[in-house]
Amino acid sequence: HLATSLPLPSERDHLRPRIDLIAFMIDIKSKYSLKNVEASLAHVDASFFLGKVCFLVTGVGRVNYCSIEMNAIWKLGEVYCSPVLFCELELEGIRVATAQRLLRMLQICAGHVPGVSALSFSSLMRNSADD
Amino acid sequence: ENVDPQRTAFLLRKQWTLYSVTPLYRFSNARLRDYARLLSAFIAAEKQKGLAVEVGVELDIKVAVSSLPDLKGSDQDQAAILVQLSSRSPASPKNSEEKLIWSGWFCCVSGDDLSENVPEDFTCLPLFLANGAESYTSIVGNWFQKTFDCCFRRLAISPLHLSWMAAMWTGCKVDKTACAMELVFSVPRLPQPLDISYAIHPEDAKALWDTVQKTPGEITQEEVDVFMDCLYSHFHRHFKIHLSATKLVKVSTAIASAHCDGIIKFLQSQYLTGVLMLLTELAISRIQ
Repeated sequence: HLATSLPLPSERDHLRPRIDLIAFMIDIKSKYSLKNVEASLAHVDASFFLGKVCFLVTGVGRVNYCSIEMNAIWKLGEVYCSPVLFCELELEGIRVATAQRLLRMLQICAGHVPGVSALSFSSLMRNSADD
Repeated sequence: ENVDPQRTAFLLRKQWTLYSVTPLYRFSNARLRDYARLLSAFIAAEKQKGLAVEVGVELDIKVAVSSLPDLKGSDQDQAAILVQLSSRSPASPKNSEEKLIWSGWFCCVSGDDLSENVPEDFTCLPLFLANGAESYTSIVGNWFQKTFDCCFRRLAISPLHLSWMAAMWTGCKVDKTACAMELVFSVPRLPQPLDISYAIHPEDAKALWDTVQKTPGEITQEEVDVFMDCLYSHFHRHFKIHLSATKLVKVSTAIASAHCDGIIKFLQSQYLTGVLMLLTELAISRIQ
């Protein structure tokens, strides 16, 4: 399911399946997309931040088009205890690889991978921050 | 570092295309005359090969290479090197005036980050600025690359860095009545290209920046963000357009103007070294 911002319209709440993973997309060329994501994060229930949220930063192939400072993105990942993935949508190889990663994360979040839960994502992040 | 405005006046109000240059191998300040001679011969040879720049009139090109010792930030910086190409038509009398057709200069202002980490034999002049026909820039660049084993690359400026420049330059005090601050944005993903030009009265811009900046002489990313966000929300209030979703491509203030393609124009000699320091930093980060 794709949405340009949160919260999702309430009319369709009863038809909506369970949400297992929220991937927030930030276009590094657009400051507006970062602001939009920051505003949408406020509408997400706290329980999602136990591994069911990730940030996907696109447009990273072109350094010269950067409108967002990297520190702002790292900080976002830290504050919300969620992983930050980078990809360049215009390159098919990277696009496919990123889609596969997201799919794998989704499988784990939906509980389809025995022995691994979404909580592993946040604990992995905490460890690297402590180093 | 007060630069004598007379000596650098010729650098102002010209459009300079920016390049980053890797350190030059075995470059010597003492051999500038030799380099001028060798470059002159190289240009003549290129013209023989048919890479003539101007069709028709055969131009006699004279090369001058000189040093600009004023343009540096710290004592460790290399003095700037200026290369000038002048022409005189062979038809005109021997002592007629030569016309300057191309200029290019290398410089390094506060480039300690780079010069400290480079082995001996290497000269750090990471910023190159060119004014004149692209074909001459190419020929001169090729000669330097061959002779000093260095590499030239166009230096583009990202919207992030342009917004830093907008904030920094707005804060500068200017004596005469300053011209408006202008920001140009390019709107992506439209069938027809669309540019939005946002002009702000310089006093309003300075007043805004003064309320944002906490410590004079210091600028943080957060302050730049707040400054730009204020400008964006003001624009949105009036025109319902989110400038933050567009690409900032050009910044013009009374100090200087910069374009994302890597083009700069210096307008105030007292801030020349300041702007060069910022550009040197950009060039160094591109090289490393």
